[in-house]
Amino acid sequence: MHTRLVAAVFVAGAVAVAAGAAQARDQINIVGSSTVYPFATVVAENFGRGSDFKTPKIESTGSGGGMKLFCAGLGTDHPDITNASRRMKGSELEKCRANGVQDVVEIKIGYDGIVIANAKTAPEMHITLRHLFLALAKQVPEGNQEGGKLVDNPNRTWADVDPALPNVAIEVLGPPPTSGTRDAFNELAVEGGCKTFPALQAIKQEDKNRYKAICRGIREDGAYIEAGENDNLIVQKLAENPNALGVFGFSFLDQNRDAVKGASIDGVPPEFENIATRAYPVSRPLYFYVKKAHVDVIPGIREYISAFTSDDAWGDEGYLTDRGLIPLPTDERTKFGDDAANLAPLESL
Amino acid sequence: MSSSVPTTISSQAAANRLLLRRKRAERRFQLYGILAISAAVGFLVVFLASIVSRGYMGFVQTEVRLTINFEQELVEAGSYRKILRTSLAELFPEAGSSRAERRALAGLVSAGTVFVLRETVEADPAIAGTVRDVWVLASDPVDQFHKGRIDASLPEEERPISDASLARIAALEQDGRIALRFNRSFFSRGDSRNPEEAGILGAIVGSALALVVTLVVSFPIGVMTAVYLEAFAPRNRITRLIEININNLAAVPSIVFGLLGLAVFLNVFGLPRSAPISGGLVLSLMTLPTIIISSRAAIRAVPPSFAEAAIGLGASRVQAIFHHVLPVAAPGTLTGAIIGMAQALGETAPLLMMGMVAFVVEVPGGFTDPSTVLPAQVYLWADSPERGFAEKTAAAIIVLLGFLLVMNGLAVYLRRKFEKQW
Repeated sequence: MHTRLVAAVFVAGAVAVAAGAAQARDQINIVGSSTVYPFATVVAENFGRGSDFKTPKIESTGSGGGMKLFCAGLGTDHPDITNASRRMKGSELEKCRANGVQDVVEIKIGYDGIVIANAKTAPEMHITLRHLFLALAKQVPEGNQEGGKLVDNPNRTWADVDPALPNVAIEVLGPPPTSGTRDAFNELAVEGGCKTFPALQAIKQEDKNRYKAICRGIREDGAYIEAGENDNLIVQKLAENPNALGVFGFSFLDQNRDAVKGASIDGVPPEFENIATRAYPVSRPLYFYVKKAHVDVIPGIREYISAFTSDDAWGDEGYLTDRGLIPLPTDERTKFGDDAANLAPLESL
Repeated sequence: MSSSVPTTISSQAAANRLLLRRKRAERRFQLYGILAISAAVGFLVVFLASIVSRGYMGFVQTEVRLTINFEQELVEAGSYRKILRTSLAELFPEAGSSRAERRALAGLVSAGTVFVLRETVEADPAIAGTVRDVWVLASDPVDQFHKGRIDASLPEEERPISDASLARIAALEQDGRIALRFNRSFFSRGDSRNPEEAGILGAIVGSALALVVTLVVSFPIGVMTAVYLEAFAPRNRITRLIEININNLAAVPSIVFGLLGLAVFLNVFGLPRSAPISGGLVLSLMTLPTIIISSRAAIRAVPPSFAEAAIGLGASRVQAIFHHVLPVAAPGTLTGAIIGMAQALGETAPLLMMGMVAFVVEVPGGFTDPSTVLPAQVYLWADSPERGFAEKTAAAIIVLLGFLLVMNGLAVYLRRKFEKQW
């Protein structure tokens, strides 16, 4: 008798699955960057509550993981939209096309600043990109001077980097290599500092790979500490250790101004206005990408896009700015707003 | 007795010394044990204290009493934003009508208030055209300040709440318009990006649905495997190989099952991503070895005389097993199953691959609806920048621990109830 009951439950379960799989999807599936996640989720929630459509489901997979899922093919098994904290790569677009995803609409939504912060109780830091390179790169020119031959980074304290900086050990907590924030930090901050040495920049012409290894290589001797993907954790650790610096997104600085403060870079403090005007050097664009073939197949995609690109959301005073998104300049906003409305696909990258 | 044994004084003293040393060694050993237990209890207390001290505030929420004029025309036009704005402006007439001031006023209450007002009217259309007092959720900064988590003595630019807002909160307090109330939405709603509105019901239902799938799949298969291996299978190389493999499977890291699930359930069978059915199947793969091993141990613990007596009286092997051995082994089998379920409840890694670590607002209604699970919800909230999510994270952990406690308690209860003495 019991076995019969178990068998019945089994069959019922199998039927339920078959029925579910046969159903068409009526909910937008979104994947992608964990940096865009806090913004996309707010839009999705407001969109779901303010319309008759279901609230889109958003997975935080990272930019690269999102592209992989997004470009895997067409159809309800694959996501409709992917978020990214960097632009789609040419190779990724090719992969998309090879899998039948012909038309991809690119929408840039704003900027995100990456801040270098320390505890409220610690002295203020005024650093330059060059300081960051000298403090964190794997190899630096000998004597920290132009023309020195490359040696393993000998700088132990910030004063070693520049006598004007405090004499405390270099200790920077930041995201691991899997994170988009880390990519952007390496590219914008460390490489930015590297470029201030003309001799190093010259390598780019000769050997691109060697240039990348020098200018984006982070030291592995314990001065840069991979503190995991959780930015809240970095903020907590900074509050406890006044000597450490941390690397994270602007919105976490904005929410924790009573515990940490941002270091000015090249004389520019990490403030909302400075990031918006691009005066602050370490900021990156945020995007989302839409599969054009899914529009009008999965209900609500068109409406979700227009909710995201409404002035109420991404405008200068939209609700996304309350969450720390730095809005686009007006001309860019008009351009991408039009692209979004016309669903103009990417030509090439 | 001892006097009759001839002993020299020196050997007597040596024996005493030896005895003393042995007693000391025993006391020392007990001391190590007590130290070990106190260390374990100490860690547990520190862990629980830190979670509870952070999380208990998550179960209450600051609410604000607004006097709302549900004007007929505005309700019909759906202009709830305007209704809310008017009500706030009446409350604080000194605030100008500039955009910045209006935003500051709207920032006192939750961003979801507009939707709540609409839902209120939709639930009871008679409200249209009347003036009502409505308790609405305060915004996250107001909530955090009212709970004492924001230090008002800091300079204005260093705290997430302005001086003007502080004055308004003080005015609300004087009028008795602000209060800490039980956080109903925490238990009645799905996820939200506004910490004051975020609820855990979606994750609880998602976990429950996934566990139902896990139980339905892994319990019968696990028990049948155990019965066959213990009672019917011939002892040969193949069964030994299977045994070793099952024991090894129990030690495989759970993420491996996630990768397997992604490749097989999602890519080959085309099951829906982020759905409890797919998540539950992966968890059942993970739980199977636990159930098989504990069921086999339970069946083996039943004295063979039970089955022999039944067979001797003319029962078949199947009858002997199902009528006499399995009922006696049931407590052990059930305990194994519940422990396995409790493990599955706390698992995130394999579900990450199945897309169940996701922002899902709607409470799932079935096995194929997108959903998340309790530990995934904890992970997502812990990673959110808004202040209020810190206590929500801890509160969700308390709920998760509560469920684990109930499940383990159930295991103990079942064992006590069905355990037979022989």
